[in-house]
Amino acid sequence: MSGSQVHGAQPFDKAKRAEIAFSEEAMKTVQTIISHYPEGKQKSALLPVLHIAQAEFGGWLSPETMDYVASVLKIRPVEVFEVASFYTMFNLKPVGKCVLEVCQTSSCWLNGAEDIVKYIEKKLNIHVGETTKDGMFTLKVAECLGSCGTAPMMQCGASFHENLTYEKVDNILESYRSAGKQRSYTDLDYKNTL
Amino acid sequence: MGRKLLIHNDKVPGINTYEVYRAHGGYASVEKALKTMQPDQITEEVKKSGLRGRGGAGFPTGMKWSFLAKPEGVPRYLVCNADESEPGTFKDRYLMEKIPHALIEGMITSSYALGARTSYIYIRGEYFYVARILEQAIAEAYAAGWLGNNILGTGFSHDCHVQVGGGAYICGEETALLESLEGKRGNPRIKPPFPAVAGLYGCPTVVNNVETIAAVVPIVNMGGDEYAKIGVGKSTGTKLISASGHLNKPGVYEIELGITVEEFIYSEEYCGGIRNGKKLKAVVAGGSSVPILPTELILKTAKGEPRLMTYESLSDGGFITGTMLGSGGFIAMDEDTSIVKNLFTFSRFYHHESCGQCSPCREGTGWMEKILQKFLNGTANESDVDLLWDIQSKIEGKTICPLGEAAAWPVAAAIRHFKQEFIDIARNKKFVDISHYDRLNKLVRA
Repeated sequence: MSGSQVHGAQPFDKAKRAEIAFSEEAMKTVQTIISHYPEGKQKSALLPVLHIAQAEFGGWLSPETMDYVASVLKIRPVEVFEVASFYTMFNLKPVGKCVLEVCQTSSCWLNGAEDIVKYIEKKLNIHVGETTKDGMFTLKVAECLGSCGTAPMMQCGASFHENLTYEKVDNILESYRSAGKQRSYTDLDYKNTL
Repeated sequence: MGRKLLIHNDKVPGINTYEVYRAHGGYASVEKALKTMQPDQITEEVKKSGLRGRGGAGFPTGMKWSFLAKPEGVPRYLVCNADESEPGTFKDRYLMEKIPHALIEGMITSSYALGARTSYIYIRGEYFYVARILEQAIAEAYAAGWLGNNILGTGFSHDCHVQVGGGAYICGEETALLESLEGKRGNPRIKPPFPAVAGLYGCPTVVNNVETIAAVVPIVNMGGDEYAKIGVGKSTGTKLISASGHLNKPGVYEIELGITVEEFIYSEEYCGGIRNGKKLKAVVAGGSSVPILPTELILKTAKGEPRLMTYESLSDGGFITGTMLGSGGFIAMDEDTSIVKNLFTFSRFYHHESCGQCSPCREGTGWMEKILQKFLNGTANESDVDLLWDIQSKIEGKTICPLGEAAAWPVAAAIRHFKQEFIDIARNKKFVDISHYDRLNKLVRA
């Protein structure tokens, strides 16, 4: 089960792999999720477990992390990689502590999403897809996030930031920067404005 | 005021909690169903109600339920499609976030009707915080005895779980959703077999949209016949509409099917007209996949009759002069909007979201995005309009799932109704986004 069977762009480090393990709390959550599915169908838990793994191990899924998840769910590493590489929410490369995802589809575009992207690019001195030098922010664009009536919007971790203005963006970035912690989809301290 | 059946309590403080929801008549449908009705009677009521799938396709729900295979000794599943990803649609998010118990109640009542011991709510990963809200509601429902073993002492047992997705529009297609729920890539399956025969883990499965399942609650409470009295013709009941774009009051509205499009856009009860005193240019009435219509065709049919918010009226005239109610994702665009640029955002979306199984969709969506990018760059030729038309016509009907059609229809409709805009850009070799200043104004003003 272990080894370099995961064919990602990233190299596989056996020493790193040996160090990876869920915290006790995370493992408990994982076991609860697995219990939601019939006996032998533990693979169903893959997406939720990948979210937990991404949050636990630095905001992205390294080949070592994916290999570990495969061992937890008793499936082959390639089954993890083919799923992780299909869904947009899983990062297969390292990212900043806060990944800003600005929605760019129709309703958000109609309400100025492009201006928001340009504003953040200028403010953080990065382009879409890049990470700030201090490793704090990664800027991404996203396809429709279901916030069309409160456009423009961006997501960071579990939080939806809606009805964006330049001033709001300033405040959001400042609050993330001063908190200085990694933001994940699994965060419980989410903010939303619907 | 139109009648509301789904979100009538959305402004009640604490309605997201079990106590308040229950105090406002919540879980009455479970009591009524489990104590006084046989499972088949509920399916009958749903049939009588005329309820049609609220996710986009509009297939009669009662009929879908009656197709469910019931072999002995094989588990059956109810799966709720909460993978709301159609651009312009955010009604399910609103319902789940504001009144999560409405969905849980619908899940229990519907599962009883279908004989499902276990149900899953598959919610798009981006709505992670909404999944938390649902999990909390489920925990409350277990604590109060509405979920678990021997509910209300009737012998009916049921478990309901939430699963988050990973960010893929395609998982809103029911067979892709089932694949994803099994922990796989969201590649749609070839039908048949339909999920009603071989769905989750190969077992008989019903997949219904959030709003559809929530609508089962009022149907059981009031009876199918009463529900069917609301609406017009085969468009019965109420529908949640997600209104966005250049409207004065964007948001989620529950309408009685049958009000006019004009009333929906311009009345104070609903969207309150177009922002900044501008004129309406075009509307995408049912989510990004449905054909865009210019003002004159969205307000009136080609026959000159007022266009109604119903399945039938919106599709009057077919795709030549009509559109579809779809998911109810209603995007209004003002006179300054570039239809070409809006179409580009749609085509970029479909290219990004194509799962890649079928070549016409995988390659076609990419080509459409590239050609539209040429228009935005000012490097397109007039012949590119024909090329675009040609490509879209070669996707429709040639793919496993409807994403191919969903990608092709908006392109066809934009060319059909706004061809001159494409030609002007090609002739001038220049694209100017004139809606820009309005958007900046809004940002500065807000």
